[in-house]
Amino acid sequence: MGFFIEVLIGGLLAGVLYSLVALGFVLIFKASGVFNFAQGAMVLAAALALVRALEVMQVQWHWPFGLALPAAFAFAAAVMALIAWAAERLVLRKLVNQEGIILFMATIGVTFFIEGLAQTVFGADVYPLNIGLPKEPIFLLESLFEGGVLVNELDIWAAVIAGLLVAGLAVFFQRTRIGRALRAVADDHAAAQSVGIALNQIWFIVWLVAGLVALAAGAVWGSKLGVQFSLTLLALKALPVLILGGFTSVPGAIVGGLIIGAGEKLAEVFLGPSMGGGIEIWFAYVVALLFLLVRPQGLFGERIIERV
Amino acid sequence: MFYREAGQYKASYGADQAIFPIAQDRFVVLAGMAVAFLVVPFLASEYTYRAVLIPTVILTLAAIGLNVLMGYCGQVSLGSGAFMGVGAYAAFNLAIRLPFLNPLVCILLSGFVAAAIGIAFGIPSLRIKGFYLACATLAAQFFGDWAFLRIKWVTNHTPSGSVNAPPIQMFGYDLSSPTATYLIALTITIVLGLAAKNIVRGHIGRQWMAIRDMDIAAEIIGVRPLFAKLSAFAVSSFLIGVAGAMWAFLYLGSWEPAAFSIDRSFQLMFMVIIGGLGSILGSALGAIFIVLLPIFLNQALPPLGALIGWKISTATVSHFESMIFGALIVFFLVVEPHGLARLWSVAKEKLRLWPFPH
Amino acid sequence: MKIAKMVVTGAAALAAGMAIAASSAQAQGEQFIPGLVYRTGAYAPNGIPFADGVADYINMLNARDGGINGVKILFEECETGYATDRGVECYERLKAKGPTGAAYFSPLSTGITFALTEKAPGDKIPLITMGYGRADSRDGQVFTWNFPLLGTYWTAASVAIQHIAKEWGGFDKLKGKKIALVYHDSPYGKEPIAALEIMSKKYGFEFLPIPVPAPGSEQKSQWLQIRQQRPDYVLLWGWGVMNSASVTEAGNVNYPRDKMLGVWWSGAEPDVVPAGEKGAGYKALMLQHPAGKFGIHGEIDKHVISKGKSLAKADDTGQVLYNRGLINSMLGTESIRTAMAKFGNKPMTGEQVRWGIEHLDLSAARIKELGFEGMIQPLKVTCADHEGTRLSRVHQWDGKKWNVISDYYTGDDSVLAPLVKDVAAKYAAEKKITPRDCSKES
Repeated sequence: MGFFIEVLIGGLLAGVLYSLVALGFVLIFKASGVFNFAQGAMVLAAALALVRALEVMQVQWHWPFGLALPAAFAFAAAVMALIAWAAERLVLRKLVNQEGIILFMATIGVTFFIEGLAQTVFGADVYPLNIGLPKEPIFLLESLFEGGVLVNELDIWAAVIAGLLVAGLAVFFQRTRIGRALRAVADDHAAAQSVGIALNQIWFIVWLVAGLVALAAGAVWGSKLGVQFSLTLLALKALPVLILGGFTSVPGAIVGGLIIGAGEKLAEVFLGPSMGGGIEIWFAYVVALLFLLVRPQGLFGERIIERV
Repeated sequence: MFYREAGQYKASYGADQAIFPIAQDRFVVLAGMAVAFLVVPFLASEYTYRAVLIPTVILTLAAIGLNVLMGYCGQVSLGSGAFMGVGAYAAFNLAIRLPFLNPLVCILLSGFVAAAIGIAFGIPSLRIKGFYLACATLAAQFFGDWAFLRIKWVTNHTPSGSVNAPPIQMFGYDLSSPTATYLIALTITIVLGLAAKNIVRGHIGRQWMAIRDMDIAAEIIGVRPLFAKLSAFAVSSFLIGVAGAMWAFLYLGSWEPAAFSIDRSFQLMFMVIIGGLGSILGSALGAIFIVLLPIFLNQALPPLGALIGWKISTATVSHFESMIFGALIVFFLVVEPHGLARLWSVAKEKLRLWPFPH
Repeated sequence: MKIAKMVVTGAAALAAGMAIAASSAQAQGEQFIPGLVYRTGAYAPNGIPFADGVADYINMLNARDGGINGVKILFEECETGYATDRGVECYERLKAKGPTGAAYFSPLSTGITFALTEKAPGDKIPLITMGYGRADSRDGQVFTWNFPLLGTYWTAASVAIQHIAKEWGGFDKLKGKKIALVYHDSPYGKEPIAALEIMSKKYGFEFLPIPVPAPGSEQKSQWLQIRQQRPDYVLLWGWGVMNSASVTEAGNVNYPRDKMLGVWWSGAEPDVVPAGEKGAGYKALMLQHPAGKFGIHGEIDKHVISKGKSLAKADDTGQVLYNRGLINSMLGTESIRTAMAKFGNKPMTGEQVRWGIEHLDLSAARIKELGFEGMIQPLKVTCADHEGTRLSRVHQWDGKKWNVISDYYTGDDSVLAPLVKDVAAKYAAEKKITPRDCSKES
């Protein structure tokens, strides 16, 4: 029982990390209808920018950690702004009114471009990232179960960060002027434009926000695994989360992440050994697919899926 | 001046519906085939065969297969790598378990196995489309990766998970020389490519295009989405499966599941987009381009970098490759969604009027 | 029209590039050595230092001695990304380059080695798979063209069990214990399983294989399984990001790091540095050589690094994998030198290099002369034994650096030799190879 709870908690916390990546997808999809495959590459680019800037500031310029950390974050944010600007200017603006699937393929192109560029500029090594998050394991409920229930502090911090981000985004969407404009664009491009909302500007902002979410995801994943190329593969982990949670729902991304995270870890640990192991990669997809056949709009998605 | 159809009269429906209705096209195609079959074998070095010609020819077939699905029927697939794998492992198992079959027969039969599995994974397409379907095909990709690795029967219980192709021979002749391999691959690709060309311009192909352009309208004029979509999946998977079997038997010779990973799927998708969505010729152009570009960059970038005093490592080259592919995808999607094939037809249009532009 | 112009410009640029490439590739009387490397992708952290070591040693020979016995070395890298199919492409691309073709291939991937094992005999090019590759290929009677110099994975498995037994105070202590193998799910990770299964029967320990799907950046489930199963020792057979992720996850589930023993491909700086504090105590086998700088590094510094001809940073040149790259190139070039002693000072063909590797005999004096004293022990390759030596040590990461903590162990041939014979014979039967008679080889 203790072990089951442990796997469940471990899965849920891993799921929170998937949600962090999925959030970026949802933001862009909500505002521009673009399924941004490049989100994983943006996580990589953000994390690389952060870790390399931190390294230069601390090692070469001898800045104290307290100063270098915010400065590095600012630098990485600037890089994300640059990517957002370029994506809007060079890709989105040219593909206005194209079908979603064309835009999707274009973002696959963007993915490869960002991956190549980020690694050319910042290097392709593995870089340990320390932004001061604690990483110690904690054992809960040791009185109840033998060995206790293992939880990692970093995972808890990731959950806290994800929670803060969601709250922040909710406020941003509901309370601010830009947020209202974003929601207007998501509802109806043409109507939003006719009341004087500049689409290009909105797209830039939304890509920027997605870039900042990518930065948060990159910082957390980077401190967990070290900043390295495999961070881009996170995009593939986030896809089933999106299908499950719905493409347009921020809470959906969180809940979907939790379900996928817990489901795949439980499947891997309890079903995996009898099936030869390694099933978690496709298990998430299969769960998502089955769900898709039953409820195409996802858990919280809006019911406007095209069907044939 | 040289390229015009004036004076070529069509006296029958047969002539009007011919695959290459214009004499010059027929000539160019025949000449191209003659060069490929008769001239190239005398010129090509072993390096050219192994590094350029054989992969290009095989990937052309795979790209045609994907183009049938993506370009003609409008169903995006990110699982084509896995379907190549299905073909490869099907051919392997046929060769191992039915040793009396010639390996070349196994290659062709493997296409049917791939087609069957393609239909199974095509079923979700009846209910979902767009990137939802792309995600569904990703599921096929990951499931394939897992199945090739973990289901021991598939690899005939090889402890390492790496399997070998049987030697290619026919009537007692050894056909493993690069020239023979190239000619076999070329023959299969051309035969199946022409078959695909005929299918896409026949009634099935028109159904696919109707579904692609507007599914509801297609349904109203009497196209059955079930049949159209599943047949597209079947034909596409067949071609991709045969290409996968050729890739394994004729090119790699010994392989492991990673040879058919998601990277292969992306590579095929790039060929189709850069070559031209909805064009058989484009698939070939795309394959040639994608095979040649990395070789070219590897050769050309380090000396070019040296000119400006920049030491370019293989890593930089491969990052550049990634960037160039990415940029080209965006470029083609923005500027020319019909890809290289469209450039070719633009050239033909110009040739028609040349040298008098009006 | 715009597009047409762009196409024309592109074609012109292409032609210009090809011309430059062609002019730079013209060279006669050179010995071509190909380098299959991976400087990108999930395995790049480990691939880069190794590739740098390989390239720097060859550049050093060219700069200092003008090559091998006056024959300049032409070296070209090809990026494989640790993918078997790309490795095969690289092999096909490079095998016929240079006046005599490729001297030998070192693919640094067990998967690629498996694929090339099928091709090398036909092309007559030897494969030097130093510390990796097919474990049964040590049998030179069947595997004429494979040379798993310095050790195979079965040797590694044997040494690992010996070390565990020593820590616990004897082989009888293994009985009833549980030893897990966390392995990279590829031909590489699966290779030691056969030997470990045999030893598990022999010594009576329970063997628990736990696969990690490639690339292995996510291992939570695997380590939760370890937490549940509580093995007494964990062997780690990882590569690339998988290593650092394993060490980190072991810290996360509080599995004692000093009860973990990695293979020699899981015991370098990139594997433990990302784990930070959590890596301290982790142990790994050594492919004989430790981290640190030795005689050869002075030469490399003088002729390559200080001239700015290296891709490696000066601080990184003493790293485990960099040093291993140096050894790889040294063994290759010394084999060519051995071949030249018989066939004359000109570029060697693959067949001649194969003879050279098979007759490679490095004495302690020669190793010292080459500047590798302290890095490797003398070795002698023979027709029957393509491994050359079966020595290995163990080192431990203290959070800052690797410290050697054991003496040399030798792979236990009472376990290994019958297994090698058995599996190689099976391979020979399957491929219809008639094993060579080594007593008739010169």
